[in-house]
Amino acid sequence: MPQVTLTVNGKQHTVEVEGRTLLVELLREKLGLTGTHVGCDTSQCGACVVHVDGVSAKSCTMLAVQANGTSVTTIEGLAAADGTLHPMQEMFREHHALQCGFCTPGMVMSAIDLVNSNPAGLTEKEIREGLEGNLCRCTGYHNIVKAIAAAAPLMHAK
Amino acid sequence: MGFEGIGASVRRKEDLRFLSGNGNYTDDINRPGQLYAVMRRSDRPHAKINGIDTAAASKAPGVVAIFTGADMAKDEIGGLPCGWQIHNKDGSPMAEPPHPVLAIGKVRHVGDPVAVVIAETKQQARDAAELIAIDYHDLPSISSTPDAIAAGAPLVHDELGSNICYDWHIGDKAVVDAAFAGAAHVVKLDLVNNRLVPNAMEPRAAIGDYDTSSGDYTLYTTSQNPHVIRLLMGAFVLHIPENKLRVVAPDVGGGFGSKIYHYAEEAIVTWASAKVRRPVKWTADRTESFMSDAHGRDHVSTAEMAVAADGKFLGLRIHTLANMGAYLSTFAPAVPTYLYATLLAGVYTTPVIYCEVKAVFTHTVPVDAYRGAGRPEATFLLERLVDCIAQDTGIDRVELRRKNFIPSNAFPYQTPVALQYDSGDYQTTLKVALANADWDGFEARRAEAKSRGKLRGIGISTYLEACGIAPSAVVGSLGARAGLYEVANIRVHPTGSVTVFTGTHSHGQGHETTLAQLVCDQLGVPLSQVDVVHGDTAKIPFGMGTYGSRSLAVGGSAMVKAMDKIIAKGKKIAAHLMEASVEDIEFANNTFTVAGTDKSKTLTDISLAAYVPHNYPIDEIEPGLDETAFYDPKNFTFPGGCHIAEVEIDPETGVTTVINFTAVDDVGRVVNPMIVEGQIQGGVAQGIGQALLEAAIYDKSGQLLSGSMMDYTMPRADNLPNFNVATENTMCTHNPLGSKGCGEVGAIGSPPAIMNAVIDALKDYGVRHIDMPATGPKLWSIIQAGQTKMAAE
Repeated sequence: MPQVTLTVNGKQHTVEVEGRTLLVELLREKLGLTGTHVGCDTSQCGACVVHVDGVSAKSCTMLAVQANGTSVTTIEGLAAADGTLHPMQEMFREHHALQCGFCTPGMVMSAIDLVNSNPAGLTEKEIREGLEGNLCRCTGYHNIVKAIAAAAPLMHAK
Repeated sequence: MGFEGIGASVRRKEDLRFLSGNGNYTDDINRPGQLYAVMRRSDRPHAKINGIDTAAASKAPGVVAIFTGADMAKDEIGGLPCGWQIHNKDGSPMAEPPHPVLAIGKVRHVGDPVAVVIAETKQQARDAAELIAIDYHDLPSISSTPDAIAAGAPLVHDELGSNICYDWHIGDKAVVDAAFAGAAHVVKLDLVNNRLVPNAMEPRAAIGDYDTSSGDYTLYTTSQNPHVIRLLMGAFVLHIPENKLRVVAPDVGGGFGSKIYHYAEEAIVTWASAKVRRPVKWTADRTESFMSDAHGRDHVSTAEMAVAADGKFLGLRIHTLANMGAYLSTFAPAVPTYLYATLLAGVYTTPVIYCEVKAVFTHTVPVDAYRGAGRPEATFLLERLVDCIAQDTGIDRVELRRKNFIPSNAFPYQTPVALQYDSGDYQTTLKVALANADWDGFEARRAEAKSRGKLRGIGISTYLEACGIAPSAVVGSLGARAGLYEVANIRVHPTGSVTVFTGTHSHGQGHETTLAQLVCDQLGVPLSQVDVVHGDTAKIPFGMGTYGSRSLAVGGSAMVKAMDKIIAKGKKIAAHLMEASVEDIEFANNTFTVAGTDKSKTLTDISLAAYVPHNYPIDEIEPGLDETAFYDPKNFTFPGGCHIAEVEIDPETGVTTVINFTAVDDVGRVVNPMIVEGQIQGGVAQGIGQALLEAAIYDKSGQLLSGSMMDYTMPRADNLPNFNVATENTMCTHNPLGSKGCGEVGAIGSPPAIMNAVIDALKDYGVRHIDMPATGPKLWSIIQAGQTKMAAE
């Protein structure tokens, strides 16, 4: 079986996987990082979004072997070591941007990449269009959009 | 501690674990030695099974076992039960065909499970499932609702002789016909309520875990009501007594009704776990969810209103065909009857109503309650009909509604369709919504849009629904095979912190916060010292679960009752400790006080005494401070309100953009305004989805065309506007909280508001009605036809 060596949330792992193993399966089943979710099988919902070398990726649409040599960040790796939440996590809580919580990890990871990719700031329309790859069935997105708008200046101030 | 009680928008207690990836959903759970189950499902809508050859699959790597319907039959496993029996017009019971857990003899819809493969890994189970050879003899099928009653239609269940599940009615047809005979106007509308796929973001999953030493079974499952699953699966399917069966519904990623029902896969993994003597896990792929989760809506109706010259509604006559799918899901028969026809008075004084409903079987996935369950269908029908009446009679649509409203001084109000409303103020929700939406300024906005080449419309819906299901005796008389009370256990620990064990279940609603706020309010305990436990039959005495916006109105009321018992017992302990008479003890702000004195004891003093009863009235009361209450509601609750949608249609593409959405709802007492607003926003989003985007579509051959998230249009962030949400509340008069429920109002009130706005935008083209969803291509065709017609005239 192929071997994959990758860094996940700052920690290096070497794992044997079947060639067909998806990155999300490696994270959830081999590393026990169940914060990354699987909500569909057609790359539509974005519940599985993680950062690969700092850029958001749908981990259900990437083979584990493709992640060889990369650095992956999952929702579990966002908060500071002392438990301080990332500003995006904090704003999601503050603005009630989650209900059942299932889409939340992918939504937060996508939102962070969206803000990072737009240092000049984002309009509401740009936030909504930027969330094109993530589905939420609970919130109607209203509060997610508010949370991202609130988190952006906090992230850029850092 | 700031204000944390009823009325405070405190941030949710559950958020930290969800935001840090520490949620505990069913698929996150792994049991030692766990195997994986994959279902082999029918790819045919209707076929006889001549044989199932599992030989090659059995030899595939990692396969531990393969089971079919015949194996389950050998163990005398029962079919999946239906929880509600409707009676026909003639008093006979509905047709209730068997619903085998794994298909026996025939398959009846695409997705019907035929066999289960259990293997060491999910991939091995999936590979082996493909090696099972099923010899089918294809049979003709029906996939559209009206086709079910066509002459010569193929039968879904041969033994029934027809595809009719029941032919039911409510109201006095002769009296209603008489109202029509003398009416100045009769306004008729044919309409379809489109079939939907709930699509909670977490796919269903289940783990069966049989303990070989104790003989106990545990089922971890994505359920809105673990005790109901224990009852149905234990008693009717697997014949496991409650004391040997634990059902755990941990964090559940959304339900919207689709996770109420007892599904085949739950029974399969529980049973199979004992067969293979190892835990067995099944997790749905999204594609499986589309073809195995219960769908929603799917009504075809004709509605007629008799209207007086002055616009007063005189009588309503409705005929509805409702699709049950191939088998009866747990609560399916109740949805198009007691959750639909009983709502047809709406907010209006229509004096006589007759509704007949034929429920039919088709070769499609079972249909059951989906967010709103019957009330969205009733509301869409009524609010579209009212707009048609306005159009046909020339009476202003707002005036027409006002004229027919049940006045706010008429409560309790007995409708002609069984329900008695306890409270409401429809004029106020209308007035506030009109102001919030700037209804009066609309024509200027329409003109401005026209100058940009856009078609702008505004639509209104004034609606009512029934929640807080429901008095057990009432629902029992209507065919429910369960009681619909709720249960709460309040445990005050020795040092004064509190654990609430609730029979309701939170799958996004925020109960861990809202229900804890009730404890802050009534017992004065800080939120940080209150935990809410739900979703485990081993921890919670009993419960009927969460659906029908019932958790606060019914489950919260049970908590109030249990806390009343805590306070009553605490007063006895306090009286003993302070050497006073029980009648003189008052309780407020976490403190028991002897009236008129400065003598007091905190709840913590009392709980400590209750668990360390050295100085204690031991002859009168038992130690401990732990009380349970069952609350059986006295009536349904009746949230309602007014939704106003403003849309713009691009005539070049037919695409509708929702510009503004205003909701003013009456949900009774609000505990956490932030959470209530979130519930309404989410409900409205699903309503907009139904109106503009979503449809479960079967082709003529019985295949589900919209069978993935590539094909079924889920609302995305850029399909939706910001929502202008407010509440104007009147209190429920019959429960101790005054709460009515907020989980479904958004999905109930919004679809007709959107469609009325779309049709208003197209009014120059003479459009009277459009069925949902109002997709771009559909509207583009209507606009093209309208333009061609206008050019010709």
